[in-house]
Amino acid sequence: MIYDVIIIGGGVTGCCIARTLSKFDLKIALLEKEADIASGTSKANSGVVHAGFASPREYLKRDMCIRGNKLYNQAVEELNFSFQRIGSFVVALEDGQIKKLEEQRREGTQDGVPGLEVILDKEKIKYMEPNITDEVVGVLHAPTAGIVSPYGMTIALADNAAMNGVKFFRNQKVSKIIHQNYTFTVKTKNKEFKASNVINAAGLYGSKISKMVGLDYFTITPRKGEYILFDRNAMHLNKILFPTPTKISKGILVCPTVSGNTFVGPNAQNITDKKDTSTTEAGLKEILEGGKKLVPNLPVRASIRNFAGLRAVSDNYDFIIDNTDVYGFINVVGILSPGLTSCYAIAERVVEFLELLGVNTKVKDDYNPIRPKPENFKDFTKKELDIKIKEDPTWGRIICRCETIPEKEILNAIHSPVGATTLDGIKFRCRPGMGRCQGGFCRPRLIEILSRELNIPYEEVTKMGEDTNYLIARTKDFRLNTIKGGAEE
Amino acid sequence: MKKYKADVVVIGAGAGGLAAALEVKKAKLDVLIVERAKELGGITLQCIHNGFGLKEFEEELTGPEYIQRFINQVIDLKIPYLLDSMVIEITKEKKVYAVNNNEGLIEVEAKAVVLAMGCRERTRGAINIPGFRPAGIFTAGQAQRFVNIEGYLPGSTYVILGSGDIGMIMARRLTWEGCKVKAVVEILPYVSGLLRNQVQCLEDYDIPLITNYTVTKIHGKERIKGVTISKVDRNFDRIIGSDKFIECDTLLLSVGLIPENELTLQAGAELSDNGGPIIDENLETTIEGIFACGNVLQVHDLVDMVTNEAKRAGLNAVEYINGRYGKELKKKDIIKCIPGENVNYIKPDIINKRDLSEEIIFTFRVRYPDRRVQIQFKDENNNVIYKKKKIYVIPSEMIELNLNLEETKIDPTCKSITVEVIPRPEVLIEEE
Repeated sequence: MIYDVIIIGGGVTGCCIARTLSKFDLKIALLEKEADIASGTSKANSGVVHAGFASPREYLKRDMCIRGNKLYNQAVEELNFSFQRIGSFVVALEDGQIKKLEEQRREGTQDGVPGLEVILDKEKIKYMEPNITDEVVGVLHAPTAGIVSPYGMTIALADNAAMNGVKFFRNQKVSKIIHQNYTFTVKTKNKEFKASNVINAAGLYGSKISKMVGLDYFTITPRKGEYILFDRNAMHLNKILFPTPTKISKGILVCPTVSGNTFVGPNAQNITDKKDTSTTEAGLKEILEGGKKLVPNLPVRASIRNFAGLRAVSDNYDFIIDNTDVYGFINVVGILSPGLTSCYAIAERVVEFLELLGVNTKVKDDYNPIRPKPENFKDFTKKELDIKIKEDPTWGRIICRCETIPEKEILNAIHSPVGATTLDGIKFRCRPGMGRCQGGFCRPRLIEILSRELNIPYEEVTKMGEDTNYLIARTKDFRLNTIKGGAEE
Repeated sequence: MKKYKADVVVIGAGAGGLAAALEVKKAKLDVLIVERAKELGGITLQCIHNGFGLKEFEEELTGPEYIQRFINQVIDLKIPYLLDSMVIEITKEKKVYAVNNNEGLIEVEAKAVVLAMGCRERTRGAINIPGFRPAGIFTAGQAQRFVNIEGYLPGSTYVILGSGDIGMIMARRLTWEGCKVKAVVEILPYVSGLLRNQVQCLEDYDIPLITNYTVTKIHGKERIKGVTISKVDRNFDRIIGSDKFIECDTLLLSVGLIPENELTLQAGAELSDNGGPIIDENLETTIEGIFACGNVLQVHDLVDMVTNEAKRAGLNAVEYINGRYGKELKKKDIIKCIPGENVNYIKPDIINKRDLSEEIIFTFRVRYPDRRVQIQFKDENNNVIYKKKKIYVIPSEMIELNLNLEETKIDPTCKSITVEVIPRPEVLIEEE
């Protein structure tokens, strides 16, 4: 079998391209090296849908961001992921910064960012966001900015793509690509895939994949950003709060999430190790200090998790979206912020490239753009709940107490089109373990359910794929093994 | 929707819930227990070590043996209970909504509610350890469940952060299973759990206890490969140059317990700073007819103390239903109890003045250990109304004081009392 398109990388970019292409009558496969989609940059970022005024005008990512933001409305309607257009503030703490805000407003408005407004009335600012620092002298309000669950959206995109026929292959790290007679042979540890076209959406490993077809014209550097997440109920922010930007970064923001938590971060540190998602004492201190400049009463004691994500930074800080010299090989790399905002616009551009390559882009008759909203215990009325439990008793067995998640939602996460196979996979699909107990109560039950549903022993249930098993052995077996081991010595 | 009626509904079937329910039943009122697990007994079921029941039964029992005595009584007295049933809402009118997979949505209409939901463990996030987020990090109680109930081992070589009781007990338990516990690391200069556990679980098995140290980094991207521990100064800041690496495949956290009060809050009851609900001397929360006991109210040292407190909650719920309290007086004329110097929190939070002629049970913990101290109660005008000497105090040991306030020098118009644990004045003079 020869696929029309193989997409390498199951982050938001790859999944959005997969879903966009799934409307055409094409054979498509997506390869992801990790145990699940949305395992890299797409699971650990700010989840901000930017208005689009922040990137310099000469950058491709500015156009992509402004266009991408507009495409969110239709996407939300079709894919039913959580998205809230709450608006953002760029906060000026000194009079000198107002000039920068005015410049961003003027240029942003010219380029089609709607509703930008510089607000200098402190009372009004405080009314719109009561948690903001008293030091504020002005803000740039961007009403079209919003918040989204980055992995929630990626999973929705993947599920809808799979519903429309895209094949997802996880645990498939690409090791080699052979290009011969207009056909690409993509090799992984245990499989081989053939395709006429390959889209490289491999994130941090984009340059590595590109080199496999002899294209060595850019590098991708990881830039780490650390975050601290606070408990729901600890603070309620109305707006996304950015500091006035510097040349290097949009700075450390304080921001609500679609689940009602608040986070602070990220900082920005260029590193060399593409696996180094560790947080550091200095980094956590830095982001708390940064966040406190915007929101002095950050609920530090209510922190429930810290984490770090890696941005995939190209040499010129811009997106690289190229129909390359290797016929049929498209690079979609260097997708750092505002990549999440831009993904729908990026996918549009990829479609244009494929048309140039002669790929048939006629929409198929049975394309279904709707990913139904996952049913949620918390959304039911008492009466509905009663009926639901009678229909399916697994609605009545609560597995996660912090987030009130019944077994049914977990089963749905496991048996969805691109279903969860790990505990993190379940967590990112329906939240058990994301609450304030961080899995203390539900983890043994989740291991039991995954073991049963996937028909694997307890010891083989993992957190996030290979080498991340939770349990090492049955207690008595372990003793026996140590005794045997001792005897052999 | 399945409907139940009871005089008292007890939420939770652990040591607290069962003892409270038994008292209600013995007073000839109807009681219903709602439990989220598949069996009665609560967390005690996984506590297979000994040391339970020394106060309650003057015997040394294991957790399951201790709780079975209560379960047997519940069965003998035919107290009804719902298992695998998660309470999702409690209303001020004392309607309790729960779900389970047999009956669907359940509504229990009650005259009084006893909250006995227990506590949960603090997590890594709550203490913000930097580093990776690999597999192999467990809270001590979670590891206890895996080993004692499920029969699985989380790892082979361990570092335990925090010297809480469950952490020390798991250090011994895992050693018995053939695992290696490299160290128990405690940020404080002293053990957080009971002395008997330090001796019986760590010292008897030569498990190193490293005080004044904490875990400052977690290594390993997939499975944990080790931790960096560092010495801390008085402000718990890392002392530069004191880092040590310890190789391990599992990190257990025993860094404290927090009362589990989501339902309490949702019902509209107010919480105090210790994380438990605000209660009066009758263990009644700020919502009339809703009582709290056991670890949902305050984390106790021993299960025997939970039993004791729960019996009081059960009896008070009975008295509430039988109309002992003059309702019009309730919580209007009160005295607030305030934790003062070296007092972390105090229960009750408020005292109804109408009850001053009765003995009140005060429970509290100190913030830091001290020797030759004086416990004193002061009114808002700084008049000492009661004082008592104590040889030593330590945060891991709850202090219980039974006091009839009318027998003290209390001014009946007083609005608050502050409880302090201070060095005895004569000790200060000696030291000068």
